[in-house]
Amino acid sequence: MKNYRLSIAFATALLMATVASQPMSAAFADTTLLNVSYDPTRELYKDFNAAFAAKWKADTGETVTIQTSHGGSGKQARAVIDGLDADVVTLALESDISAIVGATKKINPDWRTKYPHNSAPYTSTIVFLVRKGNPKGIKDWGDLIKDGVEVITPNPKTSGGARWNYLAAWAWANGQFGGDEAKIKEYIATLFQHVPVLDTGARGSTTTFAQRELGDVLLAWENEAYLSLDEFGADKFDIVVPPQSILAEPPVAIVDANVDAKGTRKAAEAYLQYLYSEEGQTLAAKHFYRPSEPKLVSADLLKKLPELKLVTIDDPIFGGWAKAQPYHFGDGGTFDQIYKPKQ
Amino acid sequence: MTLGFTLAYLALIVLIPLAGLVWRSAALGWGGFFSVAIDPRTINALKISFGTSLVAALVNVVFGVIVAWVLVRYRFPGRRIIDAIVDLPFALPTAVAGIALTALYAKNGWIGKWLEPLGIKVAFTPLGIIIALIFIGLPFVVRTVQPVMEEIRKEVEEAAATLGATRFQTITRVLLPGLQPAILTGFALAFARAVGEYGSVIFIAGNLPYVSEIAPLLIVIRLEEFDYAGATAIATIMLSISFLMLLVINLIQAWSRRRYGYGT
Repeated sequence: MKNYRLSIAFATALLMATVASQPMSAAFADTTLLNVSYDPTRELYKDFNAAFAAKWKADTGETVTIQTSHGGSGKQARAVIDGLDADVVTLALESDISAIVGATKKINPDWRTKYPHNSAPYTSTIVFLVRKGNPKGIKDWGDLIKDGVEVITPNPKTSGGARWNYLAAWAWANGQFGGDEAKIKEYIATLFQHVPVLDTGARGSTTTFAQRELGDVLLAWENEAYLSLDEFGADKFDIVVPPQSILAEPPVAIVDANVDAKGTRKAAEAYLQYLYSEEGQTLAAKHFYRPSEPKLVSADLLKKLPELKLVTIDDPIFGGWAKAQPYHFGDGGTFDQIYKPKQ
Repeated sequence: MTLGFTLAYLALIVLIPLAGLVWRSAALGWGGFFSVAIDPRTINALKISFGTSLVAALVNVVFGVIVAWVLVRYRFPGRRIIDAIVDLPFALPTAVAGIALTALYAKNGWIGKWLEPLGIKVAFTPLGIIIALIFIGLPFVVRTVQPVMEEIRKEVEEAAATLGATRFQTITRVLLPGLQPAILTGFALAFARAVGEYGSVIFIAGNLPYVSEIAPLLIVIRLEEFDYAGATAIATIMLSISFLMLLVINLIQAWSRRRYGYGT
């Protein structure tokens, strides 16, 4: 008798599980898109999703719900590799999308040519956030290794943003020392001796710098630096734009296998295309990203994003992500080398 | 029937995931596994993880036993509330604990600003790791020791006193031997929990390689490189060390049970 009851309970549970796993799309005619993004885009996509949903409704009469997931860029890429049902990915690094291509083939290998500007609708760069009045007089990359200066940056191993910090410093040193790699490494090693804390993500570093009041300068995404001014008060910090930095191109891509399985390709493509529209570009600029099509954006918004010399990842110094990633951040790469204990 | 069910359950919940872990790290082959194991960075991270966990578990044993004793033997207003507070570290998301502790112990925090002039840095040093691990480990000791203490009747102490034992002798010769198995269990639980802790530690540790980089962070770093095999290799090493240590603790317990005839 007892066994009989148990098997009924078991059968019910099984039945419920089967029902629950039925595709939910049948119940809702409306489209749901999942955008898997990285950490600092939270505010941008909140506004952009609302704008796109309104536009999609006006154009097609359909309601589209967009969910966004945020986290460290590499972690997000892994989630998609492990089966997270993303329709589009908007990540910090080209190499993270390449990792999805390599591991799952869910994204077509030619994704970089699908949208203008190497599929990067907006770009950003690395700037310095310093204490109000810049008491340590930090103006350029060379000032970061002056005596008594503490630098806050996340760990390039765990943070996409920190990799751009690292490469921006490398690019500066490359120009400074005429490409002498030994000297560049020495500069980078000295720089990281000035780093008292390696947080795992960009937001963690911002907290360490702004709330724990640790360090004299934070190496930050330009948009994160402006957000910090909004968040913690413009009377506490100044933004210093160095004469030279790096051009970060956070790319976007459709996850082809997922949109085809879910039948959401049309909406997903329109979603990414909309990033390149006047509204999309204006929203990007509003959130302190550098729009790829600046002519679509009012000059007023662009004023905050000053001109500076920007080195790209495809510059011969780095030779593209496919080469730079393992060379600098792989196991035993240049970043690991500077932390080898001196014996 | 019950035995079969238990074994099947254990296999499903514990053994299969762990076997998967070992299986994935096996992708490295012996050479690759060995090179991960002897990498000075791995060894350093393991030393930091196990070292800080050991210190934290020892601190927890001392203060956890005292806390349990006070809760069992003393009657004071608010005792029930204190009793409930002991469980909070169980329930609090570890990231919240890490952020709160960092805010307290940073040089501008409530506690940190008093320690800073004394030259004591807690946040962003190995000391900070220990603080976080003490926090998350405390309930394990208190909760394992407390019920056993409640079983010890006051008469036992009184008998010891009438037979001429000093208070110190009563504690070391009468009370502690009876509590020893529970204390060891509490120690083992707090220690095991601390070794695997990630969420609270990364906020307070500073995460500098060779200084305050814990082994679980190194695993995350390997994952970030899409190096699954390397990550699972470190995990397998951690698991083996933990398993050996827990085994030793269990053997000590069995031995003390035979010697003193106490415990379950």
